Amino acid sequence: MTDTVKEHKRSFYRTEMLPPKPPPPASTGVLGWMRENLFSSWWHTILTFVGLYIIWLIVSFLVQFAIIDAVWSGQDRTACLADGGREIGACWAFIRVWHNKYMFGFYPEDQQWRVLVVYAIGAVLLAFLLIPRAPGKRLVMLLLFVIYPVLAYILLYGMSSLGLPVIETTRWGGLMLTLVIAAVGIVISLPLGILFALGRRSQMPVIRFISIIFIEFWRGVPLITVLFMSSVMLPLFLPEGVTLDKVIRPLVGVALFASAYMAEVVRGGLQAIPKGQYEGAQALGLTYWQMMLLIILPQALKMVIPGIVNTFIGLFKDTSLVSIIGLFDLLGIAQASLADAKWATPVTAPTVYLYLALVYWVFCFGMSRYSIFMENYLHTGHKR
Amino acid sequence: MSIEAQEKKGMSVSDEVVVEMIDVNKWYGDFHVLRDINLTVYRGERIVICGPSGSGKSTLIRCINRLEEHQAGKIIVLGTELTEDIKKIEEIRREVGMVFQHFNLFPHLTVLENCTLAPIWVKRMPKKEAEEIAMHFLEKVRIPDQAHKYPGQLSGGQQQRVAIARSLCMNPQVMLFDEPTSALDPEMIKEVLDVMVDLAESGMTMLVVTHEMGFARQVANRVIFMDQGQIVEQNEPEEFFTNPKSDRTKLFLSQILH
Ligand SMILES: Nc1ncnc2c1ncn2[C@@H]1O[C@H](COP(=O)(O)OP(=O)(O)OP(=O)(O)O)[C@@H](O)[C@H]1O
Ligand SMILES: [Mg+2]
Repeated sequence: MTDTVKEHKRSFYRTEMLPPKPPPPASTGVLGWMRENLFSSWWHTILTFVGLYIIWLIVSFLVQFAIIDAVWSGQDRTACLADGGREIGACWAFIRVWHNKYMFGFYPEDQQWRVLVVYAIGAVLLAFLLIPRAPGKRLVMLLLFVIYPVLAYILLYGMSSLGLPVIETTRWGGLMLTLVIAAVGIVISLPLGILFALGRRSQMPVIRFISIIFIEFWRGVPLITVLFMSSVMLPLFLPEGVTLDKVIRPLVGVALFASAYMAEVVRGGLQAIPKGQYEGAQALGLTYWQMMLLIILPQALKMVIPGIVNTFIGLFKDTSLVSIIGLFDLLGIAQASLADAKWATPVTAPTVYLYLALVYWVFCFGMSRYSIFMENYLHTGHKR
Repeated sequence: MSIEAQEKKGMSVSDEVVVEMIDVNKWYGDFHVLRDINLTVYRGERIVICGPSGSGKSTLIRCINRLEEHQAGKIIVLGTELTEDIKKIEEIRREVGMVFQHFNLFPHLTVLENCTLAPIWVKRMPKKEAEEIAMHFLEKVRIPDQAHKYPGQLSGGQQQRVAIARSLCMNPQVMLFDEPTSALDPEMIKEVLDVMVDLAESGMTMLVVTHEMGFARQVANRVIFMDQGQIVEQNEPEEFFTNPKSDRTKLFLSQILH
């Protein structure tokens, strides 16, 4: 008897086990992929061509405007005015003139190296923290979250005794201010959000109640309102003689606002952890904080990385609202620059907004890609 | 009620009380889950608890390490009464190991890390020592070669043996098992039961909720039958299986022993 099943045979037994075979080839080349995904029916073929046409419209317009018709250099508006019948696209010359202000606001040019030093140290520390395989995570965390903020503050604000002239926060601006607000918001909102998420699920009624009130208050108020309140109302409540820095006020507002959202994201993760994980940890005699820090949070946070990064991205973009209360963050200073009469042309504003969109997009897209990378990295090997 | 300490393969019972439950009652809302439970466990005892689904077996043993709270009566574990005091509860949990039906391993940690976590953080043991102890127990449960895998990469039987090793690493004085084999495929049940038999032979005090009657006959010195939140009958295994007194027990046994 052979070991193939003959259809007419009712009974059968195997004398030899089959050896494993390699799987069939996964794809059949580019053409095969296209036939399968783009042209599988006449309806899909039409959709494919309509899609391609729309993409073509957008891309060709952008290339025409931003590259082919663009003006790259010049001293004033005449460079970007349509004379002699030539179509004028983006006025990059304007951006170049204002670029330093866009980056640093009114931070004195001879002191801007301080900002660059802060960026450089931050970038190195962040790289060590964010690259999973890099060594010394604990030391990096200590440096990044304890030493770095102090160092950054001293460098940015200044300290006369160290020979660093003080630069008032009113002179901070541009991308630098945007990054400061976003970074502080991120660094505060994650731990605070975790605390309030734990608080909301606490067994202790007082703590639960406080957490719910905090979260629901900040979630229920638009950020604009928060910013106006912090800049207009807060000073009225402070005791006489106490003034709070003009930048710190909205900073606190943004951070607390993001914390509330973060708390809800983290709570979602906590709720997804099976009860057995809590019981397993408790049965071993772990304390509440040991259980949370070692068992529950690592799993819960990993699960909600997309939500956390989403909140970060939202926060980053929301920083642009501080321009409404008179701070010159990237958006604020860019809008101020539009009032520059020397450069008043029809293409100035479109150019500036295109530029702004590009800068914000680069940062947000970077965060988004990192989150995807992290999810994949953390999911290898031990996914259940 | 007298308990004949039955000597099996050198497993001996001392007269030191390890767990004492006195008139314990518990409710879930209006539902009376545990009714006047009285139970004394001596050091070295291997007690098997059986009974129909919903009879309160899990609730009973989960009260012993306070995963569930009782509302009336007293539970004294290793000389300490279980009260609200969380410090005392944590102390007791260090001495009482528990193995769950669904293993409850920590999926984000390797097998070795699962085993060393509590010794390092709860007992403040140096990492190296904790790892040595963990490897010792992983050998005892016959899976030292899986130490660096994640729980998700192991079979159910292997996971349950890791869970047993994880508990043993805390050097507990009592081990609680809540249906440790009922989530396993038949071929894996034996490998877990074998480990539990070894453990019993080493003199561990064990309370085991299980329907594995072969295991009960082989290692238990006492079998407890529960129904409707009450202890209906308890006896040494021979008597319990061959000569049950209560009608409920007879009915239950006839259903599970075929
Ligand atoms: N958290 C809870 N809230 C309300 N009722 C519960 C809860 N946990 C268990 N019960 C009920 O208490 C009763 C006893 O539950 P328990 O888990 O102790 O039974 P068991 O004997 O272990 O049953 P099984 O063999 O199915 O595991 C069951 O009727 C169950 O529905
Ligand atoms: Mg049960």
